[in-house]
Amino acid sequence: MSIGGLFVILISAMLVNNFVLSRFLGICPFLGVSKQVETAFGMGMAVTFVMTLSSIITYIVYHTILVRLEIEFLQTLAFILIIASLVQLVEMFIQKMSPTLYQALGVYLPLITTNCAVLGLAIINIQEDYNLIETIVHSLGASIGFSLAIVLFAGIRERLALADVPESLKGFPIALITAGLMSIAFLGFTGLV
Amino acid sequence: MKFIDNLKNGLLKENPTFVQLLGMCPTLAVTTTASDAMAMGLATTTVLISSNFVISLLRKFIPSKIRIPSYIVIVAGFVTLIDIFMHAYAIDLYRSLGLFIPLIVVNCLILGRAESFASKNNPIDSIVDGIGMGLGFTWALTLLGIVRELLGAGSIFGVQIFGEAFKPAIIMILPPGAFLALGILIGLFNWIKSRKTTRV
Repeated sequence: MSIGGLFVILISAMLVNNFVLSRFLGICPFLGVSKQVETAFGMGMAVTFVMTLSSIITYIVYHTILVRLEIEFLQTLAFILIIASLVQLVEMFIQKMSPTLYQALGVYLPLITTNCAVLGLAIINIQEDYNLIETIVHSLGASIGFSLAIVLFAGIRERLALADVPESLKGFPIALITAGLMSIAFLGFTGLV
Repeated sequence: MKFIDNLKNGLLKENPTFVQLLGMCPTLAVTTTASDAMAMGLATTTVLISSNFVISLLRKFIPSKIRIPSYIVIVAGFVTLIDIFMHAYAIDLYRSLGLFIPLIVVNCLILGRAESFASKNNPIDSIVDGIGMGLGFTWALTLLGIVRELLGAGSIFGVQIFGEAFKPAIIMILPPGAFLALGILIGLFNWIKSRKTTRV
């Protein structure tokens, strides 16, 4: 696989097939933790970290354990356990090693276990039959795409809080409509790759 | 009477999609056609009923410190069953729902009900709660699927409704349509609710 091919994977995961706006993965944190740009940025960083790490580990586990023992059908079960325990480990590790980083990311880490983007990414990597380097590049692209979407969305929502919105559309509905408009904008990237 | 209350709770008062806003990823992703949406709803309902039942049976044996991982393992087991079952008997559906079948595991609705209902109530009530919440989820998904399919393709459950002259709004079956349709539907739901309360 050439550098060019890797670049295509990166761009397509980041913009064309943006995880949030065109694949609908990770909608819960996208809507839940996007009231302020700062917290959205923290969430984006935490997800980037966990997504990249977990896709590497799930790749290794899938190819060295599940395939060898011919128990690929246990994929879902194995992956979710890996992700859940990884999030716990990362949380404990960061707490010990870097209390400042822990303070910045701490609140978001437990939320990541139920973020379907993490499990979805691991499954997509296996489905697309990526090798280890492609897996890493794809995960980086996907998580940067996630962070980009959530930070942009938080920026819009900060302004939206001051806008005069009809009573029944307040809160969630208007946020969804905003996300829809962002998604139309991201459709513009189709054909880039 | 408690049965009916439990059922009604999920269908309307605490509808998972329109009121609690749980399980948004599949709600947005698989509602391009009404039949896909309904299939997804029913698959989730099956998992929810089974996991609610098993978790409620085991609620006295699961230590509270490791309850979340135990719930996830139980749910993942049922999801794997559904996954294999659909692969064997409904291959078309399996292909069109794709990634979102394994992702039922991380649907917050299922873990949410396990934590807030099944771990505190007896098995029968938990099954009823699963049926109510599951069907509430299913009808919300199906409604969204109908709206999107009607506007985006001019059909409902694959049956053409509008004549030749109808130009479908493709945007509704593309990703942005999901956000727009759900946003407007929730807004509508809020509006109907607020009208009801002011009248009383």
